[in-house]
Amino acid sequence: MIGIIDYGMGNLYSVSKALERLGCEYIVSSDREQLNQTNGLVLPGVGSFRDAMHILNETGLSTFIRTAVQEGMPLLGICLGMQLLFEESEENGRTAGLQLLKGRVVRFPGVTATGETYKVPHMGWNRLQFRHSSPILAGVEEGYVYFVHSYYVDTDDDSVVLASSVYDVDVPAVVGKDRVFGTQFHPEKSSTTGMRILQNFVSFVEGKGS
Amino acid sequence: MITKRIIPCLDVKDGRVVKGVQFVQLRDAGDPVELAKFYDEQGADELVFLDISASHEGRKTMVEVVEQVAAQLAIPFTVGGGIHSLDDMKKILRAGADKVSLNTAAVNNPNLVTEGADFFGSQCIVVAIDAKYDETIQSWRVYTHGGRRATEWEVVAWAQEVVARGAGEILLTSMDCDGGKNGFDVALTKTVSEAVPVPVIASGGAGSAEHFLAAFVEGKADAALAASIFHYKETSVREVKQYLRTQGVNVR
Repeated sequence: MIGIIDYGMGNLYSVSKALERLGCEYIVSSDREQLNQTNGLVLPGVGSFRDAMHILNETGLSTFIRTAVQEGMPLLGICLGMQLLFEESEENGRTAGLQLLKGRVVRFPGVTATGETYKVPHMGWNRLQFRHSSPILAGVEEGYVYFVHSYYVDTDDDSVVLASSVYDVDVPAVVGKDRVFGTQFHPEKSSTTGMRILQNFVSFVEGKGS
Repeated sequence: MITKRIIPCLDVKDGRVVKGVQFVQLRDAGDPVELAKFYDEQGADELVFLDISASHEGRKTMVEVVEQVAAQLAIPFTVGGGIHSLDDMKKILRAGADKVSLNTAAVNNPNLVTEGADFFGSQCIVVAIDAKYDETIQSWRVYTHGGRRATEWEVVAWAQEVVARGAGEILLTSMDCDGGKNGFDVALTKTVSEAVPVPVIASGGAGSAEHFLAAFVEGKADAALAASIFHYKETSVREVKQYLRTQGVNVR
């Protein structure tokens, strides 16, 4: 059983339906008790980092998430949900994140080192390049996944970057450490490659939960 | 690097695809879900559904269509047509669409773009622009109401206005080229694409794989949209992508 964290930000419907297609049982909830009964959490998210953290802090969900992860609960952050796993973001002024992983969230400069401008958001299909092996990438090809974001994670801790894509900079695309995972792209919108990654997370959770 | 996107567009009326795909063995060629899955398998990068229902009932049906498509499709899709308020956007996005596209409603009430971007984020808000060359202004003029009504807006000024208001993408249709199958309006596409920092989707005029190449290379489009050439199998998404690959264009 997977708990999709409903805090009012994110396309919950698509993630839910994707889990349904994988034959995975899930609940969508903002209730800490209910979420605590599940075997793994999904943190979705679309919108601004500051708004998201504000809601998570206000509702006590940020403390809940940190505690649950410490106690062994697997977690998958998607898109903004992945960025929230890190220490802080510069979006709309500096905001502290969940601080489960090392790194900060910064905006694409929109200009290359040689002065060429490029489009922000990073929107569309880009290819994954694997950096470290992980259960979440088991059986996945270095295929294309669908990104939509204007901010990316900048980290000195290379070990958490499991896969990246190139868009001017090296964009962390799949991150992970122990039980905490994140995808900058939307796996549920990333065709077979994305669905396989989601399936791997489900398998990881089921392996832990039984 | 990021790939150039190929986007088939489907017109939906009262929950059914019209001018639908004729060539393929589908159980129901008017079913938006079946067609969406077909294009997904063909390698389409995204889909656009244009709701051309005239009635309130038809619009309600569109929300159900969006739910069904979202439940089965693992690529992003945009819904346009009949979206006039923040409430309309909420219904479509909560039903599972990734983006909404605003056209006439944005010109009538530019603040709608701002409200939508503030509420859902820029990545959800596409502004569709129908443009036609106008000698008197030596540029392209923006039209609304399905191309029937001229506005005061020059295309670059309007594109920059909506981007400043938070539009995350521009769907740019050339009225001069639309339906002609003689190629995209490369000059229009290039002019707008170079003037805004967000992705531009070229639309109108696709007749062959070469036309897509021109839109991407000369027109600097980030994506290209077509309807009838895919629906009537004059070419396929797969064939267009194969050709683009041989020409060195990065596609998925």
